[in-house]
Amino acid sequence: MSAIDKTTALYQNHINLKGRMVSFASWSLPVMYTGILEETMAVRTNSGAFDISHMGRFTLVGAGSEEALQFITPNDVSSLNAGDAQYSLLMNPSGGIIDDIIIYKRGTDDFLLVVNASNAERDFNWISEHVPSQCKLVDHTLETAMIAIQGPQAVTILSTMAPEINISDLKRFQWIEGTIENIATTFCRTGYTGEDGLEIILPAESASDVWNMLMENGVMPCGLGARDTLRVEAGYPLYGHEIDDSTTPVESGLMWVVKMNKGTFLGKDRIEKVLEQGPRRKLVGLVCAERLQPRQGYNVTSDGLEIGTITSGAFSPIRQTGIGMAYIQTDKTKTGTLVHIPIRDRIIEATVTLRKNLLPQH
Amino acid sequence: MTAIPEGLKFSKSHEWVSVNGETATIGISDHAQAELGDVTYLDLPEPGRMLTLNSQFGEVESVKAVSELYSPISGEVVETNSEILNSTETVNEDPYGKGWLIKIRISDPAELVTLMNAKDYEEFTAQGGH
Repeated sequence: MSAIDKTTALYQNHINLKGRMVSFASWSLPVMYTGILEETMAVRTNSGAFDISHMGRFTLVGAGSEEALQFITPNDVSSLNAGDAQYSLLMNPSGGIIDDIIIYKRGTDDFLLVVNASNAERDFNWISEHVPSQCKLVDHTLETAMIAIQGPQAVTILSTMAPEINISDLKRFQWIEGTIENIATTFCRTGYTGEDGLEIILPAESASDVWNMLMENGVMPCGLGARDTLRVEAGYPLYGHEIDDSTTPVESGLMWVVKMNKGTFLGKDRIEKVLEQGPRRKLVGLVCAERLQPRQGYNVTSDGLEIGTITSGAFSPIRQTGIGMAYIQTDKTKTGTLVHIPIRDRIIEATVTLRKNLLPQH
Repeated sequence: MTAIPEGLKFSKSHEWVSVNGETATIGISDHAQAELGDVTYLDLPEPGRMLTLNSQFGEVESVKAVSELYSPISGEVVETNSEILNSTETVNEDPYGKGWLIKIRISDPAELVTLMNAKDYEEFTAQGGH
């Protein structure tokens, strides 16, 4: 742990569970407890808990908040009711992605924003600069904790911990307030694993008790390593890998988030141009023919010529092969296309697939 | 922590050697597998290949990283543990047993004296030896 790293409210729990602590986005967090693959499979078959308290949590309240969000994010904020959440982006005027975020609507002109830890400060400043002065943006990251409980058993287990609310009735991207043993908790049916589950937000001082209750209910503690393997298997983008300030939603396959008909918003003009010209490269999934893992920055080739670059890679415990995501020149992105990845002194074969098909039925 | 079986010798690059007559069995230590985490891929040499002291004979990849394997002694590869290539977790579960990597015919037994015994190796790793 570096001297400048921040600790979450669950730091002592991680130490007690012998978590292997690493520095991530200036936070000290466990990369694993018992093993990355065991933790990954626990989420695929049962349930796992992740400390995601490092993610930024801001409230934006006050007249004009919705209008401001409608301008700085490309998804349609006006379609939200209180109790809805929405995956969206912060985009710069060039259509590049500053961050991907989740917007929770709490009421009229009353929102909660969850952002990536590595971008939290930058996002806060960006949003501050783009909202009218009567809108109050407040950072709640340190006074709250956030835990993701993911896996096919996650909803059942949380339902027994919070029996007075109907968690199983929540649809994906809906949230509700309730309590766990009198601890005020926000439950949102979201996640970053490709499994069913929830992300909960609660007061920092109560996080340790709730974490221990999860463990007592058989939820496996999972670290950043499993979180990354799970999100690569699910084909989800990560800032700094698949998306950044120079990639647009067109090439990164995020146009489902961008509502071109909703009126004007930051980056719209640029996206119209990219759509008109067609993107030079596109983000795809790759399934390797063997157990070697592609890693960020590796080349992708076809007939010996470079056609793209790996953005993320993993060993998929479900497939028992290497998998990855890559930006590839558009004419080579058809599903089933065979490509090559030079890895050290070898050249391995990989098949292009849709990102959502990286994770097979299981 | 897996107990270290009697008679193993260790290299500073965390390989172990077990000598049986002219043949040496080589693997990676329990400390090494724990540091690597889940092993997902092994590249091991074909029988017949000549290895010299401290030469690279293969690589081991885990979820987190790739590490090179170095031969702790010189000799000819006589057998490779092909059973573990598709069940690489064996290296994590049983590093001193079923998780062995290669067997070689020792060409210079004198090299064995440069290796550490179990007690020295434990001290070496406790001091953060790499």
